[in-house]
Amino acid sequence: MSVTATTAKPVSTRVELEINGVAADVRAGLSTTLLTVLRDELHLTAAKRGCNQGVCGACTVEIDGVPMRSCLSLAHGCVERPVRTLEGLLETPRMQALQRAFAASGAFQCGFCTPGMLVAAHALLAADPTPDDAAVRRELSGNLCRCTGYARIVAAVQDAAAAINASGEAAS
Amino acid sequence: MSALVGTAVGLSVPQLEGDDKLCGSAQFIADLHRPGMLHGAILQSPHAHARIRGYDLSAALALPGVRAIVTGDDLDERHRMGAFIKDEPAFAKGKVRYVGEIVGAVAADTEAIAREATRLIRVDYEELPAVIDPAAALTPGAALIHENSASYIKVFDAGTDGNLCSRTEFTSGDVAAAWGQCDAVVESTFQTQAQAHLSLEPVGALAEIEAGGRITLWSANQSVFRVQASVCESLGLPMTRLRCLTPRVGAGFGNKMEAHVQPVVVLLAMKARRTVRMVLSREEDFETVRARHPFTIRIKTGARRDGTLVAREIELLLDGGAYGDDSPGVLGYALLMQCGPYRIPHVRANGRVAYTNKLRFGAFRGFGVPQVTFASESQLDELAAQLGIDPLALRRGNMLVPGDPWFGGQAIRSNGLAECVDIVERESGWSTPLPGPAAQAPPGQRLRRGRGVALSAHISGLLASGAIVRLLEDGSVLLNTGAVDIGQGSNTVLTQICAEALQLPVDRVAIASPDTDGSPYNWGTTASRVTYVAGRSVVGAAAEIERQLKRHASEMLECSVDDLELLPGGKVAIKGVAQKAVSFADISGRAHWATGGPLIGTHSWVFDQKTFDPKRAVALGLPFAQIGVFSFNALVVEVEVDEATGQVRVVGAWSACDVGRAINPAMAKGQIEGAFVQGMGYALVEEMVWDGARLANPSLMDYKIPTMAELPETLQAYLVESEEPSGPFGAKSVGELGINGVAAAIANAVADAAGIRVRRLPMTGERVLRALLESATPA
Repeated sequence: MSVTATTAKPVSTRVELEINGVAADVRAGLSTTLLTVLRDELHLTAAKRGCNQGVCGACTVEIDGVPMRSCLSLAHGCVERPVRTLEGLLETPRMQALQRAFAASGAFQCGFCTPGMLVAAHALLAADPTPDDAAVRRELSGNLCRCTGYARIVAAVQDAAAAINASGEAAS
Repeated sequence: MSALVGTAVGLSVPQLEGDDKLCGSAQFIADLHRPGMLHGAILQSPHAHARIRGYDLSAALALPGVRAIVTGDDLDERHRMGAFIKDEPAFAKGKVRYVGEIVGAVAADTEAIAREATRLIRVDYEELPAVIDPAAALTPGAALIHENSASYIKVFDAGTDGNLCSRTEFTSGDVAAAWGQCDAVVESTFQTQAQAHLSLEPVGALAEIEAGGRITLWSANQSVFRVQASVCESLGLPMTRLRCLTPRVGAGFGNKMEAHVQPVVVLLAMKARRTVRMVLSREEDFETVRARHPFTIRIKTGARRDGTLVAREIELLLDGGAYGDDSPGVLGYALLMQCGPYRIPHVRANGRVAYTNKLRFGAFRGFGVPQVTFASESQLDELAAQLGIDPLALRRGNMLVPGDPWFGGQAIRSNGLAECVDIVERESGWSTPLPGPAAQAPPGQRLRRGRGVALSAHISGLLASGAIVRLLEDGSVLLNTGAVDIGQGSNTVLTQICAEALQLPVDRVAIASPDTDGSPYNWGTTASRVTYVAGRSVVGAAAEIERQLKRHASEMLECSVDDLELLPGGKVAIKGVAQKAVSFADISGRAHWATGGPLIGTHSWVFDQKTFDPKRAVALGLPFAQIGVFSFNALVVEVEVDEATGQVRVVGAWSACDVGRAINPAMAKGQIEGAFVQGMGYALVEEMVWDGARLANPSLMDYKIPTMAELPETLQAYLVESEEPSGPFGAKSVGELGINGVAAAIANAVADAAGIRVRRLPMTGERVLRALLESATPA
């Protein structure tokens, strides 16, 4: 009836991961997910367990620079693949622009989906610095939000893109 | 109230918790850790209805790492909780009443061990016949879900009997005679479905035991005070033993107002004498917590040739699930609101809630109004079509105007509905025709466009709240209301109200986190009440601080209190002589160290305006006597119906809400937008489906909610400010209002686009296609 986060008697083995640029030496079972390691072993709080099934997107992190569901990624599968959670992206100008835009637009309410949404948006802007309305809707449609109705998130991502592009032009 | 100077009210201040939420450091229940903490897991019932003969815990207890197991044997039969009917134990006691009900729980060193142990618990069940359908539940001879339901303690005249959980009846005028005055009468039956709240955060709780036996409980909740009451009722604890706190809450929508796992976690912690945290999986949350009530609505409405509404008869049957929870309130409120914001002189409204062997149905944004609005606003369009009147014109001709009371007689002191209607009519381009069913689409063009309208209302209610405002030593302010911010931004809004009342910038006011030990009582973040109800407490407590400030200032400046005024930025000055001023810091220093003592302002109140005037209407089984002030909404949607697939896509939505006054306009609009999209899911896709007694789709894989891809191209929220005289700075609330008319407006737009009337939610592609095929078949 319930989907368990981990198996009961895991055969835990050592696994060396690189989380937010720091080596993390943890023990994990073969079926232990990256999300479980992040949350329960490393006590990183940004990635959220919303469905544990790969649908809601609240656990989104970057693996090898690609946004992924950490609840569907096995910890042992992340060896030699650098992982960045929201905590590890806070210093990038792109993330800071997104945070400013999210705050100004009211693009979050309860904030539970927000870290996953920000990581996904961060990857979107890396791939497409000027996404139009349709691109934002398409690329972030895998991240569920039950509070905002999404319109302010779409606007915030575009505001952030505009701010990044404006500062880039100003710098050049 | 002080003259407005605009230090805070009316500004779109970003949410105060933004930095934490945007950095991932905001702590929700699943993020909390305590030293030596154990992890909990639940065992769920595989049966819809069964007597529990006994438990065998030996194998589970033998599992290394298991620290405590609780079952119904740990509960006292006399202790039951319930907002209206005390019918619910902390978890299953003696029998199970739905598949997925909590039967027992384990605390262990890890979550994995706790889950493994639940699978080793053996429960000896004696299966009983299950009752799944609410109408069948009320037929004579149906298996009884509660054997002695009439004997339960109730807070109102519920009429509980057998599987009848509660019944309510309201009447005004003379309905039987009124049908003769009608030129057009429409009657039909509408069906609505169970909707899951789907707060992205699943529920959870963390309980810690002090050596002296006192318990501290954190949980995902909408009211620390309701948690305290429910846990203490269901476990027989004195309220002095339990302190309830709140982490950040990952939204609620009603799901986290009444108890979920808090009593289980407290009992586990008491038995283990250790700290225990338990967070449900998404599937467990779906199966065990609560959902929006399915309604069956028989409704009949009559009007004169000119469109004037004359009579309404409505009969509701609510599936209540296994326990009363908020069902009696939902029924009563739905019956109060079923007229919508219209004058209908002759009304008979009655309804029943049936116990069934399903999870409990309870509060969900809208609290019964989305269901009855779907029926009544659909029916108004059918009447308009029959009479050849524009749907918007028919509504305008009947809607409540300033001075009209609500159904039942309660006076309305602020009514901005007419302006709401004007706005959405203009902004949606209502008067510009779309190609509808009348203009046959050319061959090959299978997309039909249509528009629909719905008007609705909601309360800003109800019950008790308090506020404490303390002036700190440096002249800044600490506000404490006990109201839980579930993500909607009430901490920010209440801080703005306090700042405005004391003419301080927002950053000079901090807001305390709710704590049953230290906060004044607040019934909860529910019923669209925090801005209005808690806001009034804040204004009252700030006014008390203002009096104390002026008393000090009059002594310091040697003048009369009446000659003083607050100046922006934390000063008290002689009126018109700004240089003759003392700062809040000077006053607070004097009060703390020399004379008078620390400045503490308090205010508490309970909403006490009567809902029913016995001269205007008769009420039987009224679950609430005093319910709140009224807010109004007008909504137009434009849809596209694919005639080949039946798929409905919302293209545009224009929603105008009379909020009295917008304390924080961006947040108020955010509520309207979020409510619209949640309502769109309710209208088009969301449905909890039972396969026999078992919920067939308790996962996000199988239960779909709108994504960003379904966001309408246009989603516009408009704020109308009608200035509620009793509200804080004129404000009413807006949390639920925006969802009430969504399904109705979409149904009306589908009818406009494709000429079909869908009377069952959700309007899935399959249902719409079926209706299209039926309408195309020659009679």
